[in-house]
Amino acid sequence: MTDSGPQPGTSPAQTSKQEGPWAEAEGRLSRALRDLSQTSWLVTVLSVVVALVVGAVLILGANEEVQGSLSYFFAQPTDFLETSFQVLREAYSSLFRGAVFDWQASSVERAIRPLTETMVYSVPLILAGLGIAIGFRSGMLNIGGQGQIILGATSAGFLGYALSLPAGLHVLLALAGGIIGGAIWGGIAGVLKARTGANEVIVTIMLNNIAIYLLAWLLKQDWFKQTGSNQPLSSSVDESAQLFSLLGSGFRIHAGFLIAILATVFVWWLLERSTIGFEFRAIGENPEAARTAGINVTKATALVLIVAGGLAGLGGAAHVLGTEYRIAGGIAGSLGFDAITVALLGRSKPLGTFLAGLLLGGLRAGGVLMQAQTGTPIDIVLVLQAVIVLMIAAPPLVRTIFFLPRADGRPRLKKKHRRRPQAAGTDESASRESTLATADSGSAPTTTQEADK
Amino acid sequence: MKLELRGVTKRFGSFTANDRISLTVEPGEIHALLGENGAGKSTLMNTIYGLYAPDEGEIRLDDEPVSFNGPGDAVAAGIGMVHQHFMLIPVFTVTESVALGYEPTRAAGIMDMKQAREKVLEISGRFGFDVDPDARIEDLPVGAQQRVEIIKALSRDAKVLILDEPTAVLTPQETDELITIMGQLRDSGTSIVFITHKLREVRAVADRITVIRRGAVVGETTPESTETELAGLMVGREVNLTTAKEPGVPGDVSFSVQGLTVLSPMDKVVVDNVDLEVRRGEILVIAGVDGNGQSELAQAILGIREPVAGRILLDDQDLAPLSVKQRLAAGLGFVPEDRSTDGVIGAFTVTENYGLDMYDTAPYAGGPGNVALRLPVMRKAAQTQAERFDVRMGSVDDPISTLSGGNQQKVVLAREMSRDLRLFVASQPTRGLDVGSIEFVHRTVIEERDKGTPCVIVSTELDEALNLADRIAVMYRGRIVGIVPVTTSRDVLGLMMAGVPLDEAKQQAATHHTMLSEADETAEAEENK
Amino acid sequence: MSQTVETTAVRAEPSEGPSTGVRPISWKYPITYAILAVLGLIFALTNPAGARTHFRFASAGDFFEIPIIELPSRPAGWVLAIVLLALAVFAFRQAARRARTGLWLPLLFGILFVLAFLVWAGADRGAVIPLVTMLTGALALSVPLIFGAMCGLVGERSGVINIAIEAQLLAGAFLAAVAASVFTNAYMGLLFSPLAGAMVGAVLVFFSVRYQVNQIIVGVVLNVLIIGLTGFLFSTALSDNPGLWNTRQQLPELPIPLLSQIPVLGPVLFDQTILVYLMYVLVAVLNVFLFRSRWGLRTRAVGEHPKAADTVGIKVNRMRVYNVILAGGIAGLGGSFFTIGQGLAFGKEMSAGAGFIALAAMILGRWNPIGAVLAALLFGFSTSLGNVLAAIGTPVPSEALLMLPYVITIFAVAGFVGRIRPPAANGTPYVK
Repeated sequence: MTDSGPQPGTSPAQTSKQEGPWAEAEGRLSRALRDLSQTSWLVTVLSVVVALVVGAVLILGANEEVQGSLSYFFAQPTDFLETSFQVLREAYSSLFRGAVFDWQASSVERAIRPLTETMVYSVPLILAGLGIAIGFRSGMLNIGGQGQIILGATSAGFLGYALSLPAGLHVLLALAGGIIGGAIWGGIAGVLKARTGANEVIVTIMLNNIAIYLLAWLLKQDWFKQTGSNQPLSSSVDESAQLFSLLGSGFRIHAGFLIAILATVFVWWLLERSTIGFEFRAIGENPEAARTAGINVTKATALVLIVAGGLAGLGGAAHVLGTEYRIAGGIAGSLGFDAITVALLGRSKPLGTFLAGLLLGGLRAGGVLMQAQTGTPIDIVLVLQAVIVLMIAAPPLVRTIFFLPRADGRPRLKKKHRRRPQAAGTDESASRESTLATADSGSAPTTTQEADK
Repeated sequence: MKLELRGVTKRFGSFTANDRISLTVEPGEIHALLGENGAGKSTLMNTIYGLYAPDEGEIRLDDEPVSFNGPGDAVAAGIGMVHQHFMLIPVFTVTESVALGYEPTRAAGIMDMKQAREKVLEISGRFGFDVDPDARIEDLPVGAQQRVEIIKALSRDAKVLILDEPTAVLTPQETDELITIMGQLRDSGTSIVFITHKLREVRAVADRITVIRRGAVVGETTPESTETELAGLMVGREVNLTTAKEPGVPGDVSFSVQGLTVLSPMDKVVVDNVDLEVRRGEILVIAGVDGNGQSELAQAILGIREPVAGRILLDDQDLAPLSVKQRLAAGLGFVPEDRSTDGVIGAFTVTENYGLDMYDTAPYAGGPGNVALRLPVMRKAAQTQAERFDVRMGSVDDPISTLSGGNQQKVVLAREMSRDLRLFVASQPTRGLDVGSIEFVHRTVIEERDKGTPCVIVSTELDEALNLADRIAVMYRGRIVGIVPVTTSRDVLGLMMAGVPLDEAKQQAATHHTMLSEADETAEAEENK
Repeated sequence: MSQTVETTAVRAEPSEGPSTGVRPISWKYPITYAILAVLGLIFALTNPAGARTHFRFASAGDFFEIPIIELPSRPAGWVLAIVLLALAVFAFRQAARRARTGLWLPLLFGILFVLAFLVWAGADRGAVIPLVTMLTGALALSVPLIFGAMCGLVGERSGVINIAIEAQLLAGAFLAAVAASVFTNAYMGLLFSPLAGAMVGAVLVFFSVRYQVNQIIVGVVLNVLIIGLTGFLFSTALSDNPGLWNTRQQLPELPIPLLSQIPVLGPVLFDQTILVYLMYVLVAVLNVFLFRSRWGLRTRAVGEHPKAADTVGIKVNRMRVYNVILAGGIAGLGGSFFTIGQGLAFGKEMSAGAGFIALAAMILGRWNPIGAVLAALLFGFSTSLGNVLAAIGTPVPSEALLMLPYVITIFAVAGFVGRIRPPAANGTPYVK
């Protein structure tokens, strides 16, 4: 699991074996991630369906009315079915009302508020998810979103209440602080991997835990908290450092969402249209060939995790400056791991990550209402999320569950036509949007499969 | 034991690797299976060994049809195999390696190491192998590792022994020893299937020869056939076994390596104080058995391995402080030894692979600091070069992994030759290629030489070295044993590849001919008649 | 023929010539010792004059009572600092001679350094440093780590990376609590807990072996899944009817006659629950079986070079499936420590990152049972020390000690603690 650093030695015994196990393992990683990125939108949709079914089983299992009706199931099965249907409809409709549109709301403002809440939740998910996605595309499993978000949130928040600056400047500085905080945390893993070959999975997991204790320690220091109280909670971010509201006081949606959109476009350009991204992708697919071709793999490796950390840090910063305003021990919640889900779900593509961030943000926002209205614990969101990722990671399983034929009927070897002609001229994001539309409207799987590169 | 194949077919998707292959190996016979790289030899043997299940046809042992669910079944039936890439675990001892899968145990599954050790000693004593049962595999030289593999097979009472390209990693003299061992085994009744693409060995060793091409048997013959006949069968057309080339016209020395020493990551010396000089318009081949520091030498010239001492001079400019990128920009063309791991990025398109070492320079990049990629420009250039190098492919937008090995190598060559070169270095440029592609690569290298570029070619194939070189430097354990003209005999070169200095090698070779060179001479004599 | 044999003999010898002298001397360890020794010196210098440090060795029910030991802080600090310096000098000398030192040096150095630190930290605090309590706490904190590390080790030795140890511990803790509560018998919890871990292991191999999904991704997702699942059930069934599902049950302590009477060590090691004794057995058995049994040889082969294992008839994927499920059982058992092992009811996310420390212990222990146990003990000790320091109030923040395992692991994987060599095929799915 740990990269042995330098490539396997050069005793005759080892050179005779051309394929170093690690080269192979790295190849496997990029292949695994590539397979993931080839998954059709249909599989994604079906994965969500499977997750909702699993969630339904849990909701029903935990519901006392349902349990009650189950006890006389054989006497009156309709009772059970009816109760179950009622319970599920209530749960999932409140999930939907909490996430997209509340048709029971008293005013228009309240009815559309859920969608904006979804956006609020999605901001850190998208930004951190983009960071994870860059890592995936570059062959690195960055499990360190959590730590990078904590560092980003902490630095941004601290700059937000510790400094006194004019409004525009203050917020920019705080955001920059967040980026730098995250970039440093990602950079530690990046530099260690580049210089010593330390496996980034281990290092980032360890850095997550270090970040948690670091924050716990900071929240005991008066110079940091600036509240004068004993509570492990910081002072509130100055208004000059807060991200401005997009829709006024009735809504929580803030400028962070614009930042997320900009970041998505930036990451797309970086990966697909810049020489830096070319290097990132090259080291992700085959670091040995990249090194042989003169790419500075050490530098690129470090840079990948610095950029990834910076994005996650920006996510943490937007979370604090736009939503939370105060730093607490649990500032990052489960954002770090959610971000991994987002990147996987978005197949490590910028637009996909953006949409996946919205989906998960929706689950979060809806989960809150579901908990309030039906008493279904919000933990169920974690279960849904996990099931979705497991399913999209194993498309053959989804196909088996739904009795679908193989995606293309062709043997696997031939399935490698993942890259669309670059000069074909179609704008990538445009084509992807259209594929999403077809998938959403439930049209033939083959079209989506082919259109989705 | 008699091994018989009847109409064995193996397909991978739409690709038929073995097409209705039938062949019979009699008891106590050495049966050579001859075919080019990619002809389907290894697939066939893996099918016999139970690693693949045949789609059609049957395998018979002593006239009984058998079917194997896995190698375990094959081994139990008396089939042993020495794979081309040894199936040994580097961190295991010899005893552990031999015992694996057939462990003698005591109570509760605890291994009886004493018994396992004795077995190794017994077999290695029977054939005069000098193998320490407690040595770790990774500390053993390749020849010894091969013997461990043979012990492994014999310890399971193999009646049919398959040897997959066993000579690829051996010096001619070691090959000789292997041939002796094969003879001993045959005489004790073991049937041997000997897989190779080397004509010379086939003629020296085999009792019978089956030639396969593109997955199908194209002929069965005896060692009496001439090399030209065998080559014709193997390739399917008349081939020139040597590439026609004018002798080089060497100019001044323009590239030199002085006192170069390179350490492995484990701090072992892998390149030991090497001095080389290469003239303009000259091809220097660095010969030697795989793993003697040639690859590391090439990597040090490219700059992906840092030497601890020595200088690398190109036209009086020291390359040592330059990065890989700077060296490439200074006019170094480099073909790495392992195409799929070092040469190309499989998932990238042909275009991207073509631009792999030029992507950040004009005209392929623009904008401030050349940060924006200009893929259409790169695509156009790739298209033009691919046509010039006759790359067979669907489109430059296909992932390069969809191309055959030979065509991938052509893309690599196209990329490297598209710059103005002052030095060309290639490591094993023809490994794993079919004869047609090998010819193409050789012609391309010779063309580059004739342009006046100094060329350094690392090759473990003696045939290639003799074919391509103007001079040959033999490397052994990181040192240059000697630099000799291309007229040097195979026996002398073989001894040098085992570390014997030139003068001594000449003396020894004069008195002891290897079987191969003897077979060689008779063949030449016959053909001259 | 004779002459060819000679040349082979030449080849078979180990490499000779000037080659061997080039290897540079590694000063890493001596320098580390030196830095720590200097730190010890600083402790000695900053010990207040006339201060005293109190250690308590006793615990309740000792066979013979050891009084509280009172040390004069400054002289004790000086003695320890000088010994540390001497050891550092010795390490330099050994390195200069390229001689290897045994495991005793780091162990002795570590113990003395910790003592020097404790003398300094406890100087004039007015509190007694409860040594036995600290060691008992260290062992207690290590129990789930050791089980978790053994789980990771069995999986990774057979080539499957297991990031889901955390999930397995949590699942084990959950099922142990529930089963113990339902049957109102802690031993039933012990019986059921391996099932929970094994089930998580089964899901891991189902996706990573059957569908070749990246093992790290499956592991990460399983952690989320189990946190969500146990959290969901905790908030629903377990909270709705805690009397049935989540009452506290504790495994009784079973002092071993005589052994538990040994001063200091006795109460720490031999006055424990059956779970801890199971752990001793497990570690011993694994250590023997991994290196000396047919199962161990095959497991290692599958993790190093699955194709080679396949060619000798070993069913690679079957072996991996069995081993990972078995390993899951081990971790599940370890998870039961959080609930029935300590007499606690189940609480949300109560494994609190132990699975990741277990992973770290396995790596630091270089995939070796004994090494992993030592690493787990070290981590358990540093946490225990952190707790004690937080209680007696020292200048060193307890967070620093709590993050120590993670920092040490980063240093380890970055190659500062020798070369780490994982099983070669670790993480690679095997496809024919």
